[in-house]
Amino acid sequence: MFFDSDLLMSALRALTPILLAALGGAVCERAGVFNIGLEGMMLMGCFTAVATSWFTGSPWLGVLAAALAAAAYSLILAVGTVTLRGDAVVLGVAMNLLAVGLTSFLLRTIFGVQGTFDDPSLAGLPLVGGFSPLAYLAWAAVVVAALMLSRHVWGLRLRGVGEAPEAAATLGVSPVRYKYAAVLVSGVLCGLAGAQLALGNVTLFSENMTAGRGWIAVVAVMLGRALPFGVLLAALLFGVAEAAGFRLQGLGLPQQATDAAPYVVTLGALFLSTAQRRRRTGRTTGVVS
Amino acid sequence: MARPSTDRIAGALRSPVTFSVLAGLVIGALFLVGTGADPFAAYGAVVTGSLGADGIGATLSTGTSVLGMALALAIPLRAGLINLGGDGQMVLGGIAAAVTGLYSPLPAPLTVVLALLAGITAGAAYAALAALCENRFGVPLLVSSLLLSYPATSFASYLVRYPLKEPGSSLPQTRRLPDGVALPAFGTSTVTFGLVLVVLAAAAYWFADRRTAIGYEIRMTGLNPRFAAYAGVERKGLTLRLMATSGALAGLVGAIGVLSFPYRFLDGSLTAPGYTWTGLTAALLAAAAPLGTVLASFFFAVLQVGGLSMERTTEVPRELTQVLQAIVIVFLAARLSFPRRRRKTAQEPIAQGEFA
Repeated sequence: MFFDSDLLMSALRALTPILLAALGGAVCERAGVFNIGLEGMMLMGCFTAVATSWFTGSPWLGVLAAALAAAAYSLILAVGTVTLRGDAVVLGVAMNLLAVGLTSFLLRTIFGVQGTFDDPSLAGLPLVGGFSPLAYLAWAAVVVAALMLSRHVWGLRLRGVGEAPEAAATLGVSPVRYKYAAVLVSGVLCGLAGAQLALGNVTLFSENMTAGRGWIAVVAVMLGRALPFGVLLAALLFGVAEAAGFRLQGLGLPQQATDAAPYVVTLGALFLSTAQRRRRTGRTTGVVS
Repeated sequence: MARPSTDRIAGALRSPVTFSVLAGLVIGALFLVGTGADPFAAYGAVVTGSLGADGIGATLSTGTSVLGMALALAIPLRAGLINLGGDGQMVLGGIAAAVTGLYSPLPAPLTVVLALLAGITAGAAYAALAALCENRFGVPLLVSSLLLSYPATSFASYLVRYPLKEPGSSLPQTRRLPDGVALPAFGTSTVTFGLVLVVLAAAAYWFADRRTAIGYEIRMTGLNPRFAAYAGVERKGLTLRLMATSGALAGLVGAIGVLSFPYRFLDGSLTAPGYTWTGLTAALLAAAAPLGTVLASFFFAVLQVGGLSMERTTEVPRELTQVLQAIVIVFLAARLSFPRRRRKTAQEPIAQGEFA
């Protein structure tokens, strides 16, 4: 059997980090901040999670520290784009590069190793029913984000700020405050995504270990039209592609083919979805036009 | 209130580029102090290690790849398009050059030319594919170029691990190119004729940017896409041509990499040094202006090569130079400058095209 419960389980495991990061990206998108720094924020989360878990012996403190560190890191985006009106694309690319350099630099100065830090005494997250607790948190976050965005006054204001900042300001809603909040939320979620990646299914840190997942999350935001459940479906697509890739590898396909599979599937899905709604006007940052 | 001379200095300091570079160096110095190193000794090692007699060769050969990739990214960037797929285009160019070099029946000098052309064509075709994704399917170029990069590097990696693998070798690499199938080197150095090719490309870019109608159209599109469209610039065609040019240069860099030492395609040897990202950083720092791109590429090549000698003399990891590069661009992107920036100035919208 190719499609069985094992495949579903591994798809759901692969989905978690993407989902967390993509939810963060969706919240930003809704507030009108284009965030392509997800990859870098995740990577900062990965490193902080591993370093903190190693020094304190507690993976939970690692998760907490990852969320805080990535949130602090996300402030670069908030200050740069919201306060200083800088270029979000350039800033996001620079943040991704900075994260790769910074984590590699810290890996060597703190742990004195190059490439991968992997130690048996490094504590990972416990598994509950086959998933790390962060996976359950990710699913809950989808529901919470959906409810907040569609029902709660904060979510409505956030969307208002994203769609018509001047109008929101006229009504006494501070666009700056909401945009900062959205970026910080994305930072926290990306930090959790990084913690899941580094302490969830595996327990190690290696240079550039996010390996394009942040970019997939950016695409998931576009595919899911920045809707929490849409993002969930898009992330699920990636999870299935990654899990199916591993399965095919077991059936003798070379590793390179399976490495490439998620990107090809994501691109294909992006073709289909954008081709379908080309005539509609783009929302907020207008990235998907 | 300020005297003219201090005013001029303050004006130069307020230039975002100067400020970003200075801020990067200052923050780098803080990192150095944090790791217990002497910043002056470390920066001194960067300069002497990269520009001294022992290092200048390495700086120029690294500079060849960095400048090539910087040009590849600068040309579309001038029109507000960001090509993030440089790695894939470069690697396909490299593998195409390697296959041509290994199997071409022509005499060695012609094979070299053919291999360069094969690399250029492969890179151009793959980048054009990303442009088609935007033009025909509406997938933003930023995303399509980046996502296409991963299958390309995986494909090349597969080729050199299985069908093209050197028999008997434990490394994922092709056979060494036949004797004579190589770019001529300057003396005994690692600097090859590739440097000349890349500098010629930079000169051609400068000329096109300054003196030709197409260069004007590109700049106009970058400054104001809507006005350019109104003035009759056909955006889809421009995107396709710019991306093909960009990919051609990336492919050329890949081909140069294969036709220089180690004279073969070794998995990861083109992408691992991060030429694509360094090149992007250089292009961004220069706002894609031709001469600025050359200067910025040289600056980053110095940093990259000097980082190695800094690591040797002060034991500070060379990754610090990567941090420096990124910090420079973070500051530049945020367009931070010294106070008095409240007044809104007409700033060059680097990537406005992505939002339009």
